[in-house]
Amino acid sequence: MSVWSYANPARFMRLSARLLPWTAALAAGFIAIGLIWGFFFTPDDFRQGASVKIIFIHVPTAMMAINIYAMMFVASLIWLIRRHHVSALAARAAAPIGATLTVVAIATGALWGQPIWGTAWAWDPRLTSFFILFLFYLGYIALWSAIEDPDKAADLTAVLALVGSVFALLSRYAVNFWSQGLHQGATLSLDRAQNIANVFFWPLLTSIAGFFLMFLALVLLRTRTEIRLRRIRALQLARAAG
Amino acid sequence: MALLVENLTLDRGGRRIVSDLSFAVEDGTALILRGPNGAGKSTLIRALAGLGQPSAGRIVLLQAQKPVDIADQLAYAGHLDAVKPAMSVAENLRFWARFLGSAEVGAALDVAMETFALGPIAQQPAAMCSAGQRRRLGLARLLLAPRRLWLLDEPSVSLDVATVATLCGLIDRHCETGGIALVATHTDLAVARKETLELRPPERPAPGTGQNGLVPASGGAMDPFLAENIG
Amino acid sequence: MDGSLRSLLGRELILAVRAGGGAGLGLAFFLIAVLLVPLGIGPELALLSRVAPGLLWVAALLAALLSLDRMFQADLEDGTLEVMATAALPLEGLAAIKALAHWLTTGLPLVLAAPVLALTLGLPPAGIAWLVGSLALGTPALSFIGAIGAALTVGVRRGGLILSLLVLPLYVPTLIFGARSVDLAANGRDPQSAALLLAAVTLGTLGIAPLAAAAALRINLR
Repeated sequence: MSVWSYANPARFMRLSARLLPWTAALAAGFIAIGLIWGFFFTPDDFRQGASVKIIFIHVPTAMMAINIYAMMFVASLIWLIRRHHVSALAARAAAPIGATLTVVAIATGALWGQPIWGTAWAWDPRLTSFFILFLFYLGYIALWSAIEDPDKAADLTAVLALVGSVFALLSRYAVNFWSQGLHQGATLSLDRAQNIANVFFWPLLTSIAGFFLMFLALVLLRTRTEIRLRRIRALQLARAAG
Repeated sequence: MALLVENLTLDRGGRRIVSDLSFAVEDGTALILRGPNGAGKSTLIRALAGLGQPSAGRIVLLQAQKPVDIADQLAYAGHLDAVKPAMSVAENLRFWARFLGSAEVGAALDVAMETFALGPIAQQPAAMCSAGQRRRLGLARLLLAPRRLWLLDEPSVSLDVATVATLCGLIDRHCETGGIALVATHTDLAVARKETLELRPPERPAPGTGQNGLVPASGGAMDPFLAENIG
Repeated sequence: MDGSLRSLLGRELILAVRAGGGAGLGLAFFLIAVLLVPLGIGPELALLSRVAPGLLWVAALLAALLSLDRMFQADLEDGTLEVMATAALPLEGLAAIKALAHWLTTGLPLVLAAPVLALTLGLPPAGIAWLVGSLALGTPALSFIGAIGAALTVGVRRGGLILSLLVLPLYVPTLIFGARSVDLAANGRDPQSAALLLAAVTLGTLGIAPLAAAAALRINLR
């Protein structure tokens, strides 16, 4: 049995119904452990004090904000090539989550920036890129909601997601060209020499895993809702015809 | 030349419009598509014209037993007349003649204007045309560049009796010279070499047809949420 | 096919200058937007000349956006697009010609009017030369990216607002490289790298946009 068989909506509904509670429980557990560990059992930074601890929310949401757009790109591609409805609906379901996490990443960044940089907002490449990313999410969501025929909407938003991904990447590099920023470099890296101190590393990783699982749970839940909405539509059409 | 349609299934907006339709049209034939509203006449003509993908089945145009590209051979006239109000009648026609690659633009224009009696209003802006005049202008497009396959959707709407006769004469001549015409219509067109295809709306569709498995086929387990809320 | 493309371009230009066509509207908007800024931030020429590169580029961006929503919509409404889609000419060619016509009627006038406006804002001569150059390089990308947005929203009633929301984020790279090259030149630095990147974005866009726009049109015509 190939992995594509789970793209059958009925099979997806059965599988996701079983996965959803576990994913949600694991997400809650990981986030709780990561945040409590991070907030209460790590030392204050010698320069930044306790304010550094917002990192345990800021970094996971920022990572998810970008990765969700990448996930939407892949899901759109799968829909355009293989015509699996679950894929298109998962992309649709992911967009508002991505937009929300982008806002959370920007807001936590502002809260962090206020005491450390002395300003909540700076026109820094990373901040600006996130602002632009948020606009990409908004456009995608707006296009979905503007078109009535769901398959047409799925196709057009998939085209937008593909084109948008190209330009989002391009914008990221253009913005670097535009200004050198205040923002520090990447916090996590596979090159251990660059990594943040070990005391922060493990709780941060736990929190990232938690946010990832939360996204998974939300996207499963929302995709299930989208599928049910499509079923309702199909039944209404059938009733109108019969 | 022959147009073959095999096991064609067409969906629109998540709804099955045409189901498992097969027919063949030889050259020299006008196929009249008939059927009540919602029977899928327009959807079928649009699919033949390449606007929209069939969900199943295939459409083939054979020339000397070999499949050829249908787009090079077809002329399509839909519900809308494709007339630009800001241009004059003659300008509209001249544009289409050039766009469709007519060999002799001037001569083709004369023939088209003559046939549909557009000469007197040639310099008039198309915005001032009546519905019937606009329709004549739209149909005149068929004469600008020779095409073997005509796809006409309700061509006689808003035409007067004389022009309907002209149209029937044109379809006859098109067929005599080896063309194929598919005409969706509710009126009786006096066309000589016609065959008729009656289209019916598909039987009451089972929930989920055309949804690629979004809805379990009838008899399958209903989602509990649905069972509670819709029954 | 050559004849089809040429006749289509001719028709687009004729329609643009006829009543309701909207050629010149973009230019008028450009002039007004640039006039409003000194009224808003004050007449001090030193300040104006500092913001001039970015200001002129942002105004050009918005002016290009203005007439995008009718690029395909009028043709969809009167059935022209359907007939064109069933003809032998590929929709990619149609989209490219439409975008080219949009640039000729909207982008090109901006390029020509920009030096005059730049003078009124006190942009130094080196900056003016690069302003014209960068607009000439960058405005085609605005029209071609706009064609994607116009094709995506062609079936949406009152799609103009959504169109802006879709297209403006896509304009970011063009805006950054365009305005930056003028800024660098005006400050006596070498604008070449920015201008080359701008040209690269435009070339890439000329390649991608007709494909994406044609795909969107095909979906909308179903």
